Amino acid sequence: MADVAFQQGRVAGIGSKRKRSSLRAALKRKSAAAFLMTLPLILLISILVLYPAFYSLHLATLNKSMSRFVGLGNFEFLFKRETFWLVVRQSCIFAISAVIFKALIGFIVAHFVHNVPAKGQRKWRGMLLVPWVIPPAMSTLAWLWLFDPSYSAFNYTLSFFGIGPIAWTGDPDWARFSVILVNVWYGAPFFMIMYLASLKSVPEQLYEAAAIDGANWWQRIWYVTLPMMRNIIAITTLFSLIVTFANFDIVRILTAGGPLDHTHIFATWAFRVGIEGSDIPLGASVSLFMVPILAIAAIFILRDVNKRGNEA
Amino acid sequence: MADVLLRKVVKRYEEVEAVRGIDLDIADHEFVVLVGPSGCGKSTTLRMIAGLEDITGGDIMIGGDVVNDVPPKDRDIAMVFQNYALYPHMTVAENMSFGLRLKHYPKAEINSRVTEAARMLDITDLIDRKPKQLSGGQRQRVAMGRAIVRNPKVFLFDEPLSNLDAQLRVQMRIEIKKVHQKVRTTTVYVTHDQVEAMTLADRVVVMNRGRIEQIGTPNDLYHSPATRFVAGFIGSPAMNFLPCRLEDVGGKLNIRLTDRIAFPLPGARAARYQGVSRTDKLLLGVRPEHIAEARVHTEPGVEAFDAMLDVTEPMGMETLVYFTMDGTQVCGRVNPNAGAHDGAPFRLAVDLNNMHLLNEVTGVVI
Repeated sequence: MADVAFQQGRVAGIGSKRKRSSLRAALKRKSAAAFLMTLPLILLISILVLYPAFYSLHLATLNKSMSRFVGLGNFEFLFKRETFWLVVRQSCIFAISAVIFKALIGFIVAHFVHNVPAKGQRKWRGMLLVPWVIPPAMSTLAWLWLFDPSYSAFNYTLSFFGIGPIAWTGDPDWARFSVILVNVWYGAPFFMIMYLASLKSVPEQLYEAAAIDGANWWQRIWYVTLPMMRNIIAITTLFSLIVTFANFDIVRILTAGGPLDHTHIFATWAFRVGIEGSDIPLGASVSLFMVPILAIAAIFILRDVNKRGNEA
Repeated sequence: MADVLLRKVVKRYEEVEAVRGIDLDIADHEFVVLVGPSGCGKSTTLRMIAGLEDITGGDIMIGGDVVNDVPPKDRDIAMVFQNYALYPHMTVAENMSFGLRLKHYPKAEINSRVTEAARMLDITDLIDRKPKQLSGGQRQRVAMGRAIVRNPKVFLFDEPLSNLDAQLRVQMRIEIKKVHQKVRTTTVYVTHDQVEAMTLADRVVVMNRGRIEQIGTPNDLYHSPATRFVAGFIGSPAMNFLPCRLEDVGGKLNIRLTDRIAFPLPGARAARYQGVSRTDKLLLGVRPEHIAEARVHTEPGVEAFDAMLDVTEPMGMETLVYFTMDGTQVCGRVNPNAGAHDGAPFRLAVDLNNMHLLNEVTGVVI
């Protein structure tokens, strides 16, 4: 008996020792430690991102009163609606043109700021970031006043040149122009700051080498600056494309989708149908539509970044 | 191919005067090295020749034309940078041909020039790689290749070897010399390494505090330095400087180092220093190789003395010995078999035929 008990104790002792040492060994492994450290973030993302995402997938398959499973019924319904295709077109126009102008303006302004002597540069950088720092809901209100048809600063100024009054938010084309303009105003500083950081990381000697090789100003941008910034340009564009595509506040405040749905984009229209129209499953289906479009863009852009990742 | 002339060239940055009016004539095909400690203005001078820095005053001429206000791309120069400055997104071939492509050379011409330069630098196998896939020495070759294919009037090198390890540096030094022997392009080369300067240059320009201290062939600088700075900067280990004064003893000229140690000067030296004031504070400059172990049969002008060695450094083919004379550390080079040991007395001999006498106040070699 005693012998057996002794044996058992010894076995148990060895077992617990091995367990402890294997835990320590597991912790020692870099990947395990890294996983544990990222665990809080993974949990947070699962709760705040994954759960709502799957929940909206679930919602999109229900009927209006959320009592019955209808499968892809909501999507079938959407595809037959002209307004839906209008929203798809408008979202693409809105996102693509806004991102192009943001990138262009950001690039040009970044160059100017880069060439400002170091002393004054902080001041300029700070001032130029202001549009991006103000909550867009607030700044869009200011723009709303600027666009007011009868009392606005824009129309008043234009009246001196005999132009206008322009119905900034009343005419479909002008309304589209206005929401894009405000989005560009709001988003360009982000591009500016990203491009500026990337410009600063281009070694000065590359420009000197190019200058000696005979490159003029334009050739230096084309052959040195742009290739060196390619990854940042790609990632910034993708990021901005996602954010712009999913924009809500600017359009909601400036035009609320009007006139006659002509400025609606996915998020605002999803809100209109889902919340205001009390058809939450249909709203969920609309908002889900952004996913495949953005996924395709992301795959294309990130594939290129990966390919070039180990160049510089 | 062209000569390069600098006339009273000045560079001022707000408060600081980096280059203080230098004159320099570089002949066609010549290899000139600018050498000096950091901050002496050598790189600034090179960058002014390149056109990367404006000049505050004076004139720079390349091939007879004043180029003060000519932008770098129109000066027909090529430059090799310290960190190579290769375009990371271009292959080796694209890097090398970039300048030619900008000037719209015909494709066949570009190809033949790139192939030729790659062959000369032994980088033919690397032609399709990106700079990231190259070692430091290979990148350096590509940077040189980029300069060679342009076939410019002048090559400018800005400390091209300082990012390489010691072994590779020696190898690339020889490589650069070979290339210059082949292409014979006028070259201005900047370095802070006096060994590089000595080994590469037709003529060395020693700079200090924005001024030229001395211009001469490597041998000139080594054997007849004009100032204490040049004497101390050129040569490794550096020249020894010992406080001394001259005195007349029985109609002969002696050099007194300490209360106990004085040597008679050899005839030629005595004649040369006859006019020097006996009260001036002077420095005796002797290179380490002129302080060696004493021999039984001494030549005229070689004076033996005893010293207590502090430290010995066996280098293989020679042993460096360090001892203190009146508070000044002195270095000598002795035969490794002469029996020099740390902390032991040793009989040394100084060769006064190769001495230098300097004025301690002005630093000028007399």
